[in-house]
Amino acid sequence: MEDTNVEKLNTPLPEGDGGTEQDLHGENLTERAKVLSPAATVAKRFFRSKLSVIGLVVIIALFLFSFIGPLFSPWRGNGGAIPDTKNVQPIGTVDIKRYEVDGVVYETYDVVYDLPSANINAGISKDHWMGTDASGYDVMTRLMYGGRVSLTIGFVVIILETLLGVVLGGIAGYFGKWVDNLIMRIVDLLSCIPTIPIMLILGVVLDGLGFAASIMKLYIMMAMLCLIGWVGTARLVRGQILSLREQEFMLAAKCSGLSTAKKIFKHLLPNVIPQLIVSMTLGLGNVILMEATLGFLGIGAPLGTATWGNMINLASDAINRQFYPNLWLGSGVCITLAILAFNFVGDGLRDAFDPKMKR
Amino acid sequence: MVKYIIKRLLLCAFIILGVSMIIYFLLRIMPVQYLEEQFRTQLDMGILKEEEFNRIKALYGLDDNSFGGILKGYFTWLGNFFKGDMGTSFQTGSPVAYEIKSKMGISFAISFVSMILELIIAIPLGIKCACNQYGKLDYGATVVCMTLTAFPTFFLGNLFIKWFAVDLGWFEVGGLQSSSLPIGVSGAEKFGDMLWHMIMPMTVLVMLNVGSYMRYQRTNTLEVLNSDYIRTARAKGLSENKVIYKHVFRNTMIPLVTVMASTLPMLFGGAMITEEVFAIPGIGQTAYQALKVGDIPLAMGYNMFIAILTVIGILLSDIMYAVVDPRVKLGK
Repeated sequence: MEDTNVEKLNTPLPEGDGGTEQDLHGENLTERAKVLSPAATVAKRFFRSKLSVIGLVVIIALFLFSFIGPLFSPWRGNGGAIPDTKNVQPIGTVDIKRYEVDGVVYETYDVVYDLPSANINAGISKDHWMGTDASGYDVMTRLMYGGRVSLTIGFVVIILETLLGVVLGGIAGYFGKWVDNLIMRIVDLLSCIPTIPIMLILGVVLDGLGFAASIMKLYIMMAMLCLIGWVGTARLVRGQILSLREQEFMLAAKCSGLSTAKKIFKHLLPNVIPQLIVSMTLGLGNVILMEATLGFLGIGAPLGTATWGNMINLASDAINRQFYPNLWLGSGVCITLAILAFNFVGDGLRDAFDPKMKR
Repeated sequence: MVKYIIKRLLLCAFIILGVSMIIYFLLRIMPVQYLEEQFRTQLDMGILKEEEFNRIKALYGLDDNSFGGILKGYFTWLGNFFKGDMGTSFQTGSPVAYEIKSKMGISFAISFVSMILELIIAIPLGIKCACNQYGKLDYGATVVCMTLTAFPTFFLGNLFIKWFAVDLGWFEVGGLQSSSLPIGVSGAEKFGDMLWHMIMPMTVLVMLNVGSYMRYQRTNTLEVLNSDYIRTARAKGLSENKVIYKHVFRNTMIPLVTVMASTLPMLFGGAMITEEVFAIPGIGQTAYQALKVGDIPLAMGYNMFIAILTVIGILLSDIMYAVVDPRVKLGK
């Protein structure tokens, strides 16, 4: 009995299986008529765009580099990079002096050398793929640990921002009247505050409060960034909900006597999610850029901490900029790649979600 | 329309009031105390007595750092602000309004020229890309533009300084005037020297911003191309050139004009990081220094300047929208 069942199932399957596989490569008329779930349609459209696939691959690569990479580094310490104290090179100068006494030339060599505690400012070698910095830390390992902080912060900030924006924008859009007025005025107010000056002030204030040396400083600053940054999401959600509220399905929801919470969370919000995902992906790049900017201005994470922003800060020193590009080039490339990749993916998602897209 | 504008202006005043209050309070709780830094040695050496220092602080209006004191300070500042007096900068001793006015010119020049260049590149390119959607040019331009946009300002700036200023020696590392320039050269020569210094920052700004304008123009053009009146224009038998340059191009200007209005703060407020990287004594760098050393009046003045520009920019872009597009009616 079982055998026949399998056989029965098996006969129609090859066609179906072949069909889905063919979908990805080339479509024929019968396949096009097949009904795909909305999620599958979006995925299919997303993966058809080369740029979004490249973006996705780059993001995955950056994540692997930052989170798995340190495991393979010999310069991995307890929760961070450790300085290279093994291959210490003496930094020395040789002074040659010539004397002439009674027609005979004497040469004396003055060798002054200093043995630093770590292998500092080493060039690119097999041990250190990107050299070491002024404290003897392996730049590549620091880059990996820096990626952990920068990428994590990007995700946390964007998720918190979106949550705040969805709740406040949703309330404003759904309830309207004075609630809407109040929230939107706050939105207007916050969107007029210049971000970088405010972050500069906050950084100094936090230094004064004794956060200068702890990573908490960065977390608090990023929390503040959330408090300013939710306004964009709130505007988007409010606008969407205002137009959705007037549509027939909401009337139907009202007629069936659903609770307010159910109406908002089951009927309104799912309709906003595509735009939210797109704005979140595009926003991720911005948060990473913000962290890097703060790091560059020297007000982000405490100076010793490895973040991409702190590492690119080294470029503002003229000597590092000219003679040790290995210290900052990597972090600059990583930041640029991350922003680019998130923008590619965000763009791909926007096109994939857009029902008007022809291709 | 007039009623709408008045309503919006009142709202703007409210927003500016709120912004000023937030920034003033933050600035006052900033631990970098300009006066303490200035008089530290005198205080330590005992030349300046504690009471005398307190008198100086009172003179600056910074003696009371309790909540009430800050509130009082804020209202004093606000009162002076309404009288058109933004105080004097701690660092230079000149009025804040004068500081802003004198530093604004160079920032505006750089921003304005780069914006014109951006538009000259972005608009034709955007239209071309939209007309050949998914073509080779479209794909290439999109990739290049997105890559350029992804570069952080300071990264690209430092790369430029390393390559073009130090390695190749084409430009000076920063500033606006060569140190080698002899004293007493003619004005034209000085001007040329300044222009030569501005090439790098301008190129960086153009490279970073051209992408967003290009993509914006492309999206707009695509939208216009799909509209009914373009189909009509084609149906009339107009040549493709006429359709694109007379019908499409003009209509893509509508959203572009509104966007231009909202770039007002960027135009006058200076690019803080670009100016910092290239050491250009514009308003952005001045404000950055003021914020760093705790020059409260100047920092306050700059932030208010930006906030007012932002508010006006938003208002202007809304009004422009109605002015350019007769289909839009303002006010509910």
